[in-house]
Amino acid sequence: MTHSPQPALDPLQGSIPDIPRLDAPAGSRISAPGTGVLASGGSGATGTGSAGSIASGTHNASPGSGTKRGLRTGAWAVGLIVLLGASVIVAVTIGPAGLAPSDVFASIAAHLGIGEPTLSPLRDGIVWELRMPRVLTAAAVGAGLALCGAVMQALTRNPLADPYLLGLSSGASVGAVIVIVLGVGLLLPFAAFAGALVALVATLALAAGASGRGGVGGSLTPTRTVLAGLAVASVFGAVTSLVIFWSATGDSYREILNWLLGSLAGTDWTSVAIAGGAVLVIGIPLLTSAKTLDAFAFGDTAAAALGVHVGRSRALLLTATALLTGALVAVSGSIGFVGLILPHGVRLLVGSRHRALLPLSALAGAIFLVWVDTGARTLFDPRELPVGILTALIGGPVFALLLLRNRGLR
Amino acid sequence: MTDSRRVDGLRVDRVRFTRGNRLIIDDLDCTVPAGAVGALLGPNGAGKSTLLHLIAGIERADAGGAQFGERDLATMRRRERARVIALAEQEVTDAPGLTVAEVVALGRTPHLGAFAGPSGRDRAIVARGLEDAGLLDLADRDYGSLSGGERQRVNLARALAQEPDLLLLDEPTNHLDIRAQLTMLGLVRELARGGLTVLAALHDLSLAAAYADHVVVLAEGRVIAAGDPHAVLTPELIRDVWGVEASVIEHPATGRPLIAYAGIADAPLPLATDDTQQALPATGPRS
Repeated sequence: MTHSPQPALDPLQGSIPDIPRLDAPAGSRISAPGTGVLASGGSGATGTGSAGSIASGTHNASPGSGTKRGLRTGAWAVGLIVLLGASVIVAVTIGPAGLAPSDVFASIAAHLGIGEPTLSPLRDGIVWELRMPRVLTAAAVGAGLALCGAVMQALTRNPLADPYLLGLSSGASVGAVIVIVLGVGLLLPFAAFAGALVALVATLALAAGASGRGGVGGSLTPTRTVLAGLAVASVFGAVTSLVIFWSATGDSYREILNWLLGSLAGTDWTSVAIAGGAVLVIGIPLLTSAKTLDAFAFGDTAAAALGVHVGRSRALLLTATALLTGALVAVSGSIGFVGLILPHGVRLLVGSRHRALLPLSALAGAIFLVWVDTGARTLFDPRELPVGILTALIGGPVFALLLLRNRGLR
Repeated sequence: MTDSRRVDGLRVDRVRFTRGNRLIIDDLDCTVPAGAVGALLGPNGAGKSTLLHLIAGIERADAGGAQFGERDLATMRRRERARVIALAEQEVTDAPGLTVAEVVALGRTPHLGAFAGPSGRDRAIVARGLEDAGLLDLADRDYGSLSGGERQRVNLARALAQEPDLLLLDEPTNHLDIRAQLTMLGLVRELARGGLTVLAALHDLSLAAAYADHVVVLAEGRVIAAGDPHAVLTPELIRDVWGVEASVIEHPATGRPLIAYAGIADAPLPLATDDTQQALPATGPRS
């Protein structure tokens, strides 16, 4: 077994002379036994000396060709970026007032100061004050939710994890609604974050209690975690409804629906700043944690054996998802299932490595929510549907499919 | 006391570990010489897995420490330690949705920077790990579609991709058929010949005796005996530690100790006649 001849890969064997081989003479792998394997600088003794002499990338050694997949990931990334740009432009043109993509470009150019305003103030207002902020908020919220879902699925090793299903969105809604009622809107993102964090801790603690285990996160069974999230979401959803009902002067039912189901109605450039800023400030550091998330693939012990600080990494990254969820919910309410659907879809395309999964999920989530929200505001024109109804309509069946596919889930 | 001899290989020094109120590892000392294959033996619950986790720094000992070569494992940073020690766990049943090559590439984790992707050298080491574990044909297969034996080999290849100096194996032959067990341990022997130090928790005493240079026998968190398999694996020890009556004979072909079990200690031997009852315990080849 150890050296079944691989004629196809013989060139490979000749091209990497510096990696110690299994069948190399004794002592070549590490400094000879007896001289102190670590005397010459620890593990580096095996490798650093040869690192320079291996031309990087020239031999595509891996038979599991990481490069092939890398190219595919790159192609998907470019494709999705182009698609996102096109989606934003086209989505802005869609609506009761007919606009052309050229109008959108003209408005953008005028506002960026690189062109003369050619549109009428009314049409320019529709593009720049109404639709553009809404579409960009949808893109940011979609990207952020998908990113949160992918990160949470890795950290809890739970294919059903998502900010909505684990109750984070509901917790964030409570925080957001309370500060709005109290009239301290400046605290909105912070209150939403605090609510999301409380909900996350409650869900994980409840799931741990129900599993009869102490640890948080890693050892929790997926279904118990989702059930715990359901319990937490129900309570927080009820609190949100009560607070709105108590305090609202006008159409409280509509308000309640918008928070519970999520809606991007009435978003403005402040919403873009909050959601987009959160995605940039929290999302980009999350992207750099891909390697750590990969290490969780086989559980906590394996991650620790690979040098990951398991407890600290999990706490830090889950807090980051709560922070991001809080900011997103503050502008959109609890839009469900985006964090569940998109990462699973992207896994089918490029596999489970987070270096590819995280950025592509974010892009796919942005495109997805741009189009679903465009549907929500135009399908029943002039009435508007809370966008969460549409995401649930798509996400519910996906959730059911995941349940069927992961029969082993306990 | 001055130690004129260099500290070589692995040395575990008075390690104590409790979980809850239970003492799991009790003032344990043991060593594995550099470049040797050490077998960690003992009944279920003796603390074998826990000891491996303590050495790998996955759990923190309440007292005592471990050294490898001249380095104190307790004070090393996690990433640094993961470049010196690799732990291959028992076969994992969960399938993370990765290909075999991707799983093996996880072994590069402690070597990668925060931002940089894998280099050509990383890929070459992954390829070498796959080759050493006989997995080249399976590189693009989904990990979830593998048999238990193949998964064990993937776990080994992932550990090798860490380029460790010390390899810890937790029951690497579990769930394997006999040929796969011999292949796995033969591979481990070859790695040790290349300078790698190995400590493997094993259940099969004859296999341990056949492949290990050094055995460490644990019971209730303590080392009962350690050293050369010929000297350590006696019928008396096997009866004391496992509660099993056995004869230790010399393998006719290899000369390694071969443990032939007769039955549970203090119970009537199954399938034994009055004559053979008298023959236990035997220490040499029977004539």
